[in-house]
Amino acid sequence: MKQYKPVFILLVSIVLIQLAAVLLGKAFLLTQLTMSAYYVLVAVGLCMVMGYAGQISMGQAGFFAIGGYTAASLGTINFAEGTHSFLFRILDAAGLLIEETTLYGDVIQYLNPWVSLLAAILIAGGAAFVLGVPVLKLKGHYLAMATMGFGIIIYRIVLGSRVFGEADGISNVPAFPLVPGLAVSGDFQSRVSNYYIAWTLVILGMILLINLIHSRVGRALRSLHGSEDAADAMGVDTSRYKVSVFVIGAVFAAVAGFFMTHYNGGIGPSEAGVLKSVRYVSIVAVGGMANLWGALIMGLVLNFLSLRGVFGHFDDAVFGVVLVFIMMFMPEGFIRKSFWQGLKIRAAGLRKNRKVQSEGAAGE
Amino acid sequence: MSNTAAECGKSLLRIEGLDKYFGGLHAVDSVSFDVTSGMIKAVIGPNGAGKTTLFNMIAGYFPPSGGEVYFQDTLITGMKPFEVAGQGILRTFQNLKLNPHMSVLDNVLLGCHRTGKAGFLAGMLSSGKSRKEERQAVEAVLPVLEWLNIIDQKDTEVGNLSFGNQRAVELARALASDPPMLLLDEPAAGLNMHETEDLAQRLQTIRDQGKTILLVEHDMSLVMDISDEIVVLNFGQKIAEGEPQAIQRNEEVIRIYLGDDNA
Ligand SMILES: Nc1ncnc2c1ncn2[C@@H]1O[C@H](COP(=O)(O)OP(=O)(O)O)[C@@H](O)[C@H]1O
Ligand SMILES: [Mg+2]
Repeated sequence: MKQYKPVFILLVSIVLIQLAAVLLGKAFLLTQLTMSAYYVLVAVGLCMVMGYAGQISMGQAGFFAIGGYTAASLGTINFAEGTHSFLFRILDAAGLLIEETTLYGDVIQYLNPWVSLLAAILIAGGAAFVLGVPVLKLKGHYLAMATMGFGIIIYRIVLGSRVFGEADGISNVPAFPLVPGLAVSGDFQSRVSNYYIAWTLVILGMILLINLIHSRVGRALRSLHGSEDAADAMGVDTSRYKVSVFVIGAVFAAVAGFFMTHYNGGIGPSEAGVLKSVRYVSIVAVGGMANLWGALIMGLVLNFLSLRGVFGHFDDAVFGVVLVFIMMFMPEGFIRKSFWQGLKIRAAGLRKNRKVQSEGAAGE
Repeated sequence: MSNTAAECGKSLLRIEGLDKYFGGLHAVDSVSFDVTSGMIKAVIGPNGAGKTTLFNMIAGYFPPSGGEVYFQDTLITGMKPFEVAGQGILRTFQNLKLNPHMSVLDNVLLGCHRTGKAGFLAGMLSSGKSRKEERQAVEAVLPVLEWLNIIDQKDTEVGNLSFGNQRAVELARALASDPPMLLLDEPAAGLNMHETEDLAQRLQTIRDQGKTILLVEHDMSLVMDISDEIVVLNFGQKIAEGEPQAIQRNEEVIRIYLGDDNA
């Protein structure tokens, strides 16, 4: 139960931030906070891969894009145009189509996004599996290059394909009705509810990952990071575990991309860019590598500032500099246990000194 | 601690003509021997004789250039290290391989991995079964920690332990799942005299509980004290095999061990 305490704190903070934003008349900030939540989801998934299992991935934006483009391309097919097709009849009979009337009175019928979500998870998970089996045999910068190569391939595919809208991406993606009365959409009226949808997803993701870390499998992952030989010697199928955790990271990214695309009503190729992947890596690094909460906090702070435009033209450069700085001076990351413990000890030392001094002064 | 019904006197591990070349170097040269269930068997030999290489082949770390290893009549050559561990052969390393940032308890619990079942999904959902399995694993390893005198440090990060205690953690980890067989690569290396004596007693206790131990060791007095049988390697070849007394009298062994040193 101890491990869930931060989850509770997160929950309370989410509510307080929302109330504060609305009370201070700054409800528009909820939009960036919602988008940050989806990026946070990618970061915590990657944190599992990098920090716990010790495998770098420079291709997370590719998985995010797989989720996003699956949402966008499946979500924008209007099945009402081909009511005689075999596919239409199957989907209609299975109750997998959603009917809607547009502002102009046209009837459109689109695939229930729950079906596309399942497709997104399967495609991203499958891609991660197929990529992971050969690639995770590599180590260090070879693994970084190979996963980056995957990211570049996805980027070129979405940029070059007519179906994916080339440089414009895909827009007019319909809302994703989760339950009656609650939908993922960028609708102005549902800003608050979407803020909560996004952060609920983060909380669920965190609970799954925290559970995993504290389980038999999590211990095996942490130890394969420490010494692969030792994990092997104790019966851990290290190759399978590395691939599985890579698949989990990819699914987290794809789900985030999927929700974000319904929230924004579209997606463009920049989401698939290598610089986005670098961002995720630098967030995990600055968050302390093997530190889910560090990744969450830094993911929130840095993405929020970035989305608010605080970094201006230097947006991507900031993340690059952060990564270089961390790698050079704090390879264990900024929010790491020893750093904060060190501060605590130093603070305790100062307090003691002051006490000694004041006692000495009183004695004179 | 022990439920391994060792049928004493029966061959548990059989090594048949193992060979290993590293380029032109014949590191292990057609070595064959049996390890009888319930005994301590030692492999000795000068540095570079091929002892660690032999261990790595048994444990699946690299494929032999030739020859076979059978465990309980199952062919285990060609298996990956995790599969060999799954068979119930648990090893320790000459150069400790622990996770310095994990607690003693977590390091030792890793030893229970092979007998656990909870997978990714059960772990993520923290299913009742997986939590029960976890509790049972903790209950199983606490007595081992106590026996090895590292129970007080169970929540300490392994990196903060003395070398002797780190060796104890490795042994505890290998013992955690109550395996029928242990492969120990120089378990006394780096230990002081007092710690070595403790180790000798513990290894005998482990054997008396029915486990089988194959160990590589440099410390001759330890080997002579506790081993039931000894294999001597030199330049990759088996040059002698037998009980400690016989080995001590073997002229070739004396020449290798004393002659070279006195030269
Ligand atoms: N991975 C390897 N690649 C090349 N040569 C090796 C390798 N491992 C061991 N050797 C060589 O094989 C010989 C036997 O080494 P090893 O098995 O470590 O000996 P021991 O454990 O008996 O000291 C040595 O000459 C060593 O240099
Ligand atoms: Mg050796």
